[in-house]
Amino acid sequence: MARASVHIAALIASLACSASADELVPYKIVGDGIPQSLTGAPGDAARGRTLVLARTTTCILCHSGPFPETRFQGDLAPDLTGAGNRWTASQLRLRLVDAARFNPDTIMPSYYRNDGVARVGRNFAGKPILSAAEIEDIVAFLATLRD
Amino acid sequence: MIVWRAIAAAILLVTGPALLAGEIPPDARRSGYSFMGPDTRAMQDDDTSNPGMLFVLDGEALWGKKMGDAGKACADCHGDARSSMRSVAARYPAFDKTLARPVTLDQRINLCRANHQQATPLPYESRDLLALSAYVAHQSRGIPITAGDDPQLKPFVDQGRDLFMQREGQLNLACTNCHDDNFDKRLAGAPVTQAQPTGYPLYRLEWQTLGSIERRLRSCMSGVRAQAYDYGSPELVALELYLMSRARGLPMETPAVRP
Ligand code: HEC
Ligand code: HEC
Repeated sequence: MARASVHIAALIASLACSASADELVPYKIVGDGIPQSLTGAPGDAARGRTLVLARTTTCILCHSGPFPETRFQGDLAPDLTGAGNRWTASQLRLRLVDAARFNPDTIMPSYYRNDGVARVGRNFAGKPILSAAEIEDIVAFLATLRD
Repeated sequence: MIVWRAIAAAILLVTGPALLAGEIPPDARRSGYSFMGPDTRAMQDDDTSNPGMLFVLDGEALWGKKMGDAGKACADCHGDARSSMRSVAARYPAFDKTLARPVTLDQRINLCRANHQQATPLPYESRDLLALSAYVAHQSRGIPITAGDDPQLKPFVDQGRDLFMQREGQLNLACTNCHDDNFDKRLAGAPVTQAQPTGYPLYRLEWQTLGSIERRLRSCMSGVRAQAYDYGSPELVALELYLMSRARGLPMETPAVRP
């Protein structure tokens, strides 16, 4: 009997784990940034570049940048060239996680949030736009954008 | 944009309540046509190359065809559409007394089918419904939009405006963020327009077919990763009504062509 309940407890724990796949890792804001990596490890700048260019990530719908290979760049937002000069990794991380914190009227989405938005489509409900690992890859890439 | 805002604010002071901050003043309203390249404009301008005209011709044939258990054609009640339907689409969605709410042109066509032809409703986006609404709306080509003038519509126009201003979807964007604040800019490669509803139903090259304004609104909603409202829902009707009232004075273009 005791054994069975241990099993059940383990089962519930593992269910809870998979159910929380979309839960956000906790992060700490210090000043105007998030100094610690969301994953505890540095991101991969090359993967970050690919992500920024992917339409599904949505960055270049609004932004342009030093991306000669694509004509389809937006101009609703500042050019990302030199972003690594203007901002520290810590500031870039918070900007991606929750741009609205800097400017409540911004059109830039908060990429690491899973609530507080209205009428989210069925396939996206309860999920952040990007995962912690994707945020870290993009932060690593943006930090390399130096004039 | 600061200039627009200043003008909008000035007009607000002079003419009263019609315009809210951020809304586009009447003399700055521009059809999606003015944002297109010369090739797409030429395609719209020449009836022999405008693919939407094929639907208009289909609609003309359907107009004269007897249908439903009543065995009546649209023409049996309305006669020659070129006179009886002139300027009608420019004031739709219109208030329906029996239903006590606005109905779109598509809904009016289906109400006529149900009540006067005893025919089954045509599904949204079906070829026949698009053809009939294109044919009817084509009779208003060049006529300035007046929809929303009826005072009974006011609460519904207001509802549509609220929906237009509301942020939604995983990307948390409102229609106004793009179509009032950022028209003339580019989203990826595509020009952001003022979302003027002047040309519907219209031929969209991306769709390779004619489509209704509801289809367009639903794709902007999916674009911001929101749950799109159902075809014919009160929310889509209110949004269409608000867009039409926001386009007051712009000439109808049906069938327009868009990229
Ligand atoms: C819908 C529009 C939109 C999208 C999508 C968007 N941004 Fe932004 N972004 C903005 C705007 C507007 C600003 C200007 C500041 C503000 O309003 O917050 C900005 C500012 C920034 C800045 C600071 C710019 C500078 O150097 O001064 C960075 C970095 C940035 N965004 C990165 C990204 C990345 C990376 C993505 C995708 C993961 C992204 N943005 C997606 C609209 C957008
Ligand atoms: C992120 C930007 C964005 C948002 C938010 C957005 N749209 Fe759009 N919208 C576009 C783009 C881009 C087009 C395509 C322009 C074109 O090629 O016709 C478009 C097209 C349209 C058109 C067609 C205009 C024409 O000339 O035929 C209408 C109407 C429209 N949008 C309404 C809306 C409504 C209503 C909402 C909110 C529910 C909305 N949009 C939200 C970007 C947006």
